[in-house]
Amino acid sequence: MNTAGKDHAQLSDVFNEDEARVNWHDETLWFVRAKRDKAAHNIPEWESLRENASQIKDNVLSNLHDYLISFEANAEKNGIKVHWASDAEEHNKIVHAILKEQGVNRIVKSKSMLTEECHLNEYLQHNNIEVIDTDLGERIVQLAEEPPSHIVLPCIHKKKEEIGELFHEHLGTPEGMSDPVFLTAAARVHLREKFITRKAAITGVNFAVAETGEFVVCTNEGNADMGAHLADVHIACMGIEKIIPERKHLAVFLRLLARSATGQPITTYSSHFKKPRPGQTMHIILVDNGRTTQLSRPDFRNSLKCIRCGACMNTCPVYRRSGGHSYHTAIAGPIGSILAPNLDMKKYADLPFASTLCGSCTNVCPVKINIHEQLYKWRQVIVKEGYADPKKAMAMKAMEFTLSKPGVYRSAGKTARWFLKNTPFAVNNKLNPWYKQRDMPEVPKQSFGEWYKQHKND
Amino acid sequence: MTSREQILSKIKTHQPELTSLPAPLTTVPGTVNLIELFSSVLVSIGGAVVEADSYEEIKNYIKQTFKDQKRIISTLKELADVSEQGWESQDPHSYENVDLAIIQAHFGVAENAALWITEELMHQRAVPFIAQQLAVVVKRSSILATMHDAYIRIGNAEYGFGTFIAGPSKTADIEQSLVLGAHGPKGMTIFLLP
Repeated sequence: MNTAGKDHAQLSDVFNEDEARVNWHDETLWFVRAKRDKAAHNIPEWESLRENASQIKDNVLSNLHDYLISFEANAEKNGIKVHWASDAEEHNKIVHAILKEQGVNRIVKSKSMLTEECHLNEYLQHNNIEVIDTDLGERIVQLAEEPPSHIVLPCIHKKKEEIGELFHEHLGTPEGMSDPVFLTAAARVHLREKFITRKAAITGVNFAVAETGEFVVCTNEGNADMGAHLADVHIACMGIEKIIPERKHLAVFLRLLARSATGQPITTYSSHFKKPRPGQTMHIILVDNGRTTQLSRPDFRNSLKCIRCGACMNTCPVYRRSGGHSYHTAIAGPIGSILAPNLDMKKYADLPFASTLCGSCTNVCPVKINIHEQLYKWRQVIVKEGYADPKKAMAMKAMEFTLSKPGVYRSAGKTARWFLKNTPFAVNNKLNPWYKQRDMPEVPKQSFGEWYKQHKND
Repeated sequence: MTSREQILSKIKTHQPELTSLPAPLTTVPGTVNLIELFSSVLVSIGGAVVEADSYEEIKNYIKQTFKDQKRIISTLKELADVSEQGWESQDPHSYENVDLAIIQAHFGVAENAALWITEELMHQRAVPFIAQQLAVVVKRSSILATMHDAYIRIGNAEYGFGTFIAGPSKTADIEQSLVLGAHGPKGMTIFLLP
């Protein structure tokens, strides 16, 4: 989908053209959310785990300077080369320089939302380096020339028939074949060849331990490990907020992560990389790219506690019905909507409005980020800074006028009820965005105010 | 100023006032049977549990169940009769044709059926991932309750690489249909020894 210049509402319109598909998307994600609930309810101490994780992350943000320095020292002691990148461009250049030095022009990459954020694939391809995404879902969207639509389930927007078609075209599977078992087996063969032949592997990082200098990468497929253990060069890319203080804190986060993400008790692999294997070189790139700016915003710095489980997306009524691509940023959904405006307030001014502020995201967040409150606060910042959609700003002004004058409010209500009742076509038309995908409600005969006046002596 | 200095100085300026770390969480005492919980979780994530009294029993099981597998490697001397030994120093890519790898774990975790395995128990890091099937031997007495106990057990242990493995490699990326055997092993068998 070409997202250029369109906002969340316009992109959702495109997604909403196929109602059956929206319903399917909605139900599939709700199914994942329900699995999360079941897994959480199996742990009686779930709430104390969340509270503990939240406090550990608060401590991380309050002591990030020292933790990064000790992580760097310990990682270097372990034989890992540590790099620092201020922004996406510097990150991409560092990766490119390492590959160039090794004479590598074909690489495998496991899931890393940071590299999505930095648009690393495009950068490397532009420099004649072939990147193969090895997570199945990411490989599928890569073949489709699309970005992932979900941080944990990258191709959740795709039907198996479409994947079958892609595989037929690119991997030579039989036409019309869409059985998930068959398609996964075909991808396994296709990607094994890449693992065996590529000399460099990029992975993301889920957690980096200041105390020991090790980093942990979690996957279900085993693709990060297949890539890293077979390659001569392993490059791990991480945002500076991925630091945790001590090894034992991994217990808390590994108990929360997969349960929150997919309802699994843990991911199949939770791999702790501490030293390169003999003959291998291992690099870590610590990336800022706006994170220190977010740290400077007291109202929004808590968003840096995120462990990228995706629970807030699965539960979000707006995400489920608008799809990940409508957020036109690497990280979609509620958490993405508070991260993106930090990077570019104008470009992502629409995202904090793509929410009902119902608070479900905050309730499922394993590190207790106050997501819906931050969305609400971003709206105020965005309107104040003059980045709000002019229609929205005008409606807000009209609303302010009406709500601050009781007389105007009463007569406006009466007028609206009369019109809704006698001229339904005045609102049930395409000019009214509330009419899309909705039937307007039946009109009450009187307002609550009028009813109360009549009945207060009953 | 280098990027490193720039990032660190920005953090120093903007990081909030120091908050303390919470008291460490520990396992909530319960009455669950750890072996039963471990086994049921493992089965639910696609693994198989075989309770064996001795290495003889494990060997018999391997001979019967994996008799069609061509290349079986093991890090366990006790299983020398049924597996290739002395393979440790080959190029990791050469294990691509391994049908079954049998290794040992330090311990298992009942709440999620994960097994803690470090580099010296794999001999080569690639082995538990590249083999078509994985089997792991662990003692019944080494099944711990939760991840909190797991990290207490790990403590300050030194390793170059260590991993928790819970069941066979899997994916649900195509319409949330669970498929075992994404890139790593298609099956995982755990031998529980006394």
